[in-house]
Amino acid sequence: MTDRKDQLDYLKVRAAMGRMSRREFFGRTAALGLTAGMANMLLADAVQAAGPQNGGTIKVGVNGSGSADSLDPALSANQGQTLVTRMWGEPLLELAVGNTIEPVLAESYSSSPDAKVWTFKIRSGVTFSNGKTMTADDVLATMERHSGDETKSGALGIMRGIASMKVEGDSFIIELEQPNADLPYLMTDYHLLIQPNGGNDDPTAAVGTGPYVLKSAEPGVRFVFEKNESYWRDGGNAGTIELIVINDDTARVAALQSGQVDIINRVPPRTASLVDRAPNITVHKASGPGHYVFIAHRDTDPFSDNDVMLALKWGMNRQEMVDKILFGYGSVGNDTPINASYPLFTEMPQREYDPEKAAHHWKKSGRTDPVLLRTSDNSFPSAPDAAALFQQSLAQAGIPLEVKREPNDGYWSEVWNKQPFCTSYWSGRPVQDQMYSTAYLSTADWNDTRFKNEKFDQLLIAARAELDEAKRKQMYADMGMILHNEGGLICPMFNDFLDASTDRVAGWGESAGFGLMNYYAPIKMWVAA
Amino acid sequence: MGPALKLVAQRLALGVLLLFLVSILIFVGTLILPGDVAQSILGQSATPEALANLREELGLNEPALTRYFDWLGGVLTGDLGTALTNGMDIAEALGTRLGNTLFLAFWAAVISVPLAIFLGLLAVRYRDRWPDKLISAVTLSTISIPEFLIGYVLMYFVGVKLGWAPTVSTIYDSMSLGEKLNAIALPVAVLTLVVLAHMMRMTRAAILNVMQSAYVETAELKGLTMFKIIWRHAFPNSIAPVVNVVMLNLAYLVVGVVVVEVVFTYPGMGQYLVDHVSKRDLPVVQACGLIFAAVYIGLNMLADIISILSNPRLRHPK
Repeated sequence: MTDRKDQLDYLKVRAAMGRMSRREFFGRTAALGLTAGMANMLLADAVQAAGPQNGGTIKVGVNGSGSADSLDPALSANQGQTLVTRMWGEPLLELAVGNTIEPVLAESYSSSPDAKVWTFKIRSGVTFSNGKTMTADDVLATMERHSGDETKSGALGIMRGIASMKVEGDSFIIELEQPNADLPYLMTDYHLLIQPNGGNDDPTAAVGTGPYVLKSAEPGVRFVFEKNESYWRDGGNAGTIELIVINDDTARVAALQSGQVDIINRVPPRTASLVDRAPNITVHKASGPGHYVFIAHRDTDPFSDNDVMLALKWGMNRQEMVDKILFGYGSVGNDTPINASYPLFTEMPQREYDPEKAAHHWKKSGRTDPVLLRTSDNSFPSAPDAAALFQQSLAQAGIPLEVKREPNDGYWSEVWNKQPFCTSYWSGRPVQDQMYSTAYLSTADWNDTRFKNEKFDQLLIAARAELDEAKRKQMYADMGMILHNEGGLICPMFNDFLDASTDRVAGWGESAGFGLMNYYAPIKMWVAA
Repeated sequence: MGPALKLVAQRLALGVLLLFLVSILIFVGTLILPGDVAQSILGQSATPEALANLREELGLNEPALTRYFDWLGGVLTGDLGTALTNGMDIAEALGTRLGNTLFLAFWAAVISVPLAIFLGLLAVRYRDRWPDKLISAVTLSTISIPEFLIGYVLMYFVGVKLGWAPTVSTIYDSMSLGEKLNAIALPVAVLTLVVLAHMMRMTRAAILNVMQSAYVETAELKGLTMFKIIWRHAFPNSIAPVVNVVMLNLAYLVVGVVVVEVVFTYPGMGQYLVDHVSKRDLPVVQACGLIFAAVYIGLNMLADIISILSNPRLRHPK
């Protein structure tokens, strides 16, 4: 018995080091009485245990990138752009597993007791890929480029609360207009990558402090990166990383199956379980803050009547949505935008599908006209199907729902945040304060449910200044309850991030934030054989 | 050749006029697209300030007529402007994309046109016998299946299962010609299957038409072989309709390959256009539209001219 184990260990090491082919490994382990499935698991373990290997090329098939994309991190708006900028640029701080903060270009940070003044100590001895040394002045220039009235930066919403910024020695100091205990989380935003002189000279130069340098860029087609040999810390395993844009779902999965790429993002939930069945492919599932929503304007009839809202909420079959729209790759929502992926999350009683309660509230509202819901395919994948399911579950409670399908074109400008009831999508934010401030504060630009609640607003502002975590947690729990009972948000489901990789690469691990290991997968993974 | 030259000149002038009308149509068409460019560029995450700043910078506040003449003037001097979304020079980006599309179209044409004509001749030779019926059945079924489906089927069986050809057709400058041809094997196959039937059927019909004439019967009575009759007598007389349908299909290979390009992620004009339409990048959409129109009009004009020149009656009108 020990003999067999020794032999297996020997084979595992040889295969992991790449001295033995996969096929040979399978043959030899089969001779020892192992099935292919067991051998595959063994091999994966061994490869993971062998640790990162340097060199080689990792190819990534990316969905969500177009030929119209800019290289300027301020304009990052899709997964392709975020992935590209991650390679060459770095933020001050980054999200880490367990919703903690990892210092990157800021060595450390601290705040004044009222959470109004924040000091970031900038790391010394870090150089940009153009050879220039990174200083606190570069940080200041970057942050200034992302703020101010002239900017087009996607991070403007974050920067707006800043009263002043300055540099003192090697420290970068932010003074806020209002206290904000979450500022470190906001600094992890993917737009806020430090560029030499803030990128003012050439925002699209792709010069930063990251582990890779951009070698060739054809937006919407292909990006090639090579290892930055003078990177300031360990990181980045592959010698070359190639991002190939494959927006078509079937083509992306086929490219992975035929071995033309090693990693892909956005595996379609519909086929994910079939893809995972292939022996050399693993589908990676990670829960995140993204959620599919049905949003109603609370200031517009009939949604101004809370009985109508409650009727719709009780009439939503959340589990059915997760099963049929997400194919099980997700979790049920509870009519708040917050789930366990947020740092200060508190569980609330789950609202289940209850046609009787829905009918009771509908009767109480005294209405008979059908409710009009607008939807389109790009509001979230399979949104029209979800609308049809909602229509049926409401029909069982005797509530008439009329579904109107809108064109994809112009949905975000003509329907979302304009029409009183529609389907939509939120990708979520790293912290509750940011999510609530973006869409649920009475004065928020994107208050897409026209939710105006004085108590909620007061709690939100007070929580920002509260540095006692337990008290803060309670405040967020109270806000969650208000939204759950009175909000215009019907949130049936949170979608998982679904990515996949072949066993040519290894090193997939847990992460916080977005899919593809918060977009760090190509950097953190390595070529296994 | 005097009258023929005049005819050709007339065609050219008509083509230019048509192109000008098309430019108006394209401009108006892009104006009535729903949604706003700035909103589409910034997506759901746009703030009102960012929107206003971008709109100002893109010159969207100018009246439409001014923008049309600015654009037309630019186009006439070879300046297609810069893309609104990523600030890249359109002529430069489009040059590469157009090159790629023409590369794909060229190889698809090199294979499909001779193949279609040969199959057409073969079908005539064995008219109403099994080779004719087989050719018709196969080509008609491939033209009837949507091209994206043929693409997926080939991708799955030839690419994934057999591993004979790559499923992603991304090509770039540092590739050798051999690597490029390998990369485009599947899209070329799909395009060939899609355009084959049309050209084959037209060749067959046109030649069969001629075969009814008295002079073919004479040739037959002279004792010429069937293939010789077709090749020497029937084919030259049916060039005009065949050229017309060939040109239509060539135009399709350039302007109609959007779906195939997207399925195989081929970096051609079609994909470039689709990306920019969804982002409301009007200068790029207009430039693409104009180029597509020019290709279409140009190839049809070429077909006209060839049929004029191949027909003695048109060459020497009374």
